[in-house]
Amino acid sequence: MKEIDIADLKKITEVVKSKYKYDFTNYAMSSFKRRVSRILEMNSMTIESLMRKLNEPSFLDDFLNEITVNVTEMFRDPSFWRVLRDDIIPGILLNHQKIRIWHAGCSSGEEVFSMAIMLKEMDLLDNATLIATDLDTSILERARKGEYNLKNMELNEKNYIRYQGVSNLKDYYKEVNGKAVMDRSLVENVSFRKHDLVNGEVFNKFDLVLCRNVMIYFNQTLQNEVLKKFHESLFKYGYLAIGSKESLIWCDIANKFIVVNNEEKIYKKIKD
Amino acid sequence: MTDFKLDNNYKAIVIGGSAGSFQGIDRILSNLPDNFPLPIIMCLHRLKHVRNGFVEALSIKSTMEIVEPYDKQPIKKGKVYLAPSNYHMSTELGNYFSLSTEDMINNSRPAIDITLGSAAYVYRNKLIGILLSGANRDGGLGMKHIKDKGGMTIVQEPSECMIDTKPKAALNLTTIDHVLKIDEIVMFFKQLHKQYK
Repeated sequence: MKEIDIADLKKITEVVKSKYKYDFTNYAMSSFKRRVSRILEMNSMTIESLMRKLNEPSFLDDFLNEITVNVTEMFRDPSFWRVLRDDIIPGILLNHQKIRIWHAGCSSGEEVFSMAIMLKEMDLLDNATLIATDLDTSILERARKGEYNLKNMELNEKNYIRYQGVSNLKDYYKEVNGKAVMDRSLVENVSFRKHDLVNGEVFNKFDLVLCRNVMIYFNQTLQNEVLKKFHESLFKYGYLAIGSKESLIWCDIANKFIVVNNEEKIYKKIKD
Repeated sequence: MTDFKLDNNYKAIVIGGSAGSFQGIDRILSNLPDNFPLPIIMCLHRLKHVRNGFVEALSIKSTMEIVEPYDKQPIKKGKVYLAPSNYHMSTELGNYFSLSTEDMINNSRPAIDITLGSAAYVYRNKLIGILLSGANRDGGLGMKHIKDKGGMTIVQEPSECMIDTKPKAALNLTTIDHVLKIDEIVMFFKQLHKQYK
């Protein structure tokens, strides 16, 4: 297949931006290019036919679903979840009785269910408000449903064991027709909402914002813009958790945060 | 001694490997000449759930500093970069890394094809790609991308490999400039270094 060049990618981002107001201009180039080429391969399309297809609004959902990366795990980086349980959540409770958490870019919801399980085991689920957002409506629907391939549960269970939860991950789901169906009561109070980090407004204040392995798909310019929104969305002394291989070092706003846990990349807002 | 007919136009070296490549990598890194003038970008298959320890193990003998880069970390000469566990690692125009959690490729994350392919795109004919011993064909396609962009391709001599699937995959897919034993790769690095003095 012909290699996709920068001009092709530009054409695509321009059409999506002008027609649908989604802006992928500042997505990291190498992964964006791989996503586009994946769409072309899966649909046996050329760039030209993709451009035509993008003019049909009904294709937009498919496009958004494929252009974003939706690979995630429950209790990804078990050591991160231990730090959350042992240090960060108790830290929040020193200041606030209610815990407000935003999962920014929640994808298929594994992180949200991990959070709910962790809070439930700490007997704090009723004290917490969780908001989970993503720009992709079909993936939000999957997150809401909480149905996962049984195949993926093996890894999730391994992670949970390494996290050292008090129970067994199997206690939180049932096997139905070859799927793992999560216990609905875990996310009864979770609000799943459509929200685009690129164009979306700041909509609330939180004690903890989780945005792990999402901004890696953005370039530095866009990371800076999104981090400004996270900063605004946090109470003073609220926490920001990013992926273990992400860093604020190169970001404009770094001086308004301190590192609370460098290994797990958890930051605390110290300046308004 | 083989004369590799080198010049000083190269901007980066990229190395891929998996099962059975650790000792070879270790020997290459422990014999690198001081002030080696290029960044060395490595993608080695590794356990997904073990985040720490690999850099430390390789650092024991390496003459150059080994770093697992963060997302968007700039690429500098004189450093060895290792793809972190459970992330794909790409190079970007503008000379920095980006990481991703996209699906595994050939059951691998990090996938060598991604690191090699993106480096080929950024460095074009100023890239040297080296593929060592390994158990699946991940890396073969990346080597083809390097050759297609005019870069130099080297694979470990299959008879010396613990598992020769990777070098053989590359040899089947594209033109390989040099088929070398680890000791010869060490010599290659020394000759290359001389070009930059």
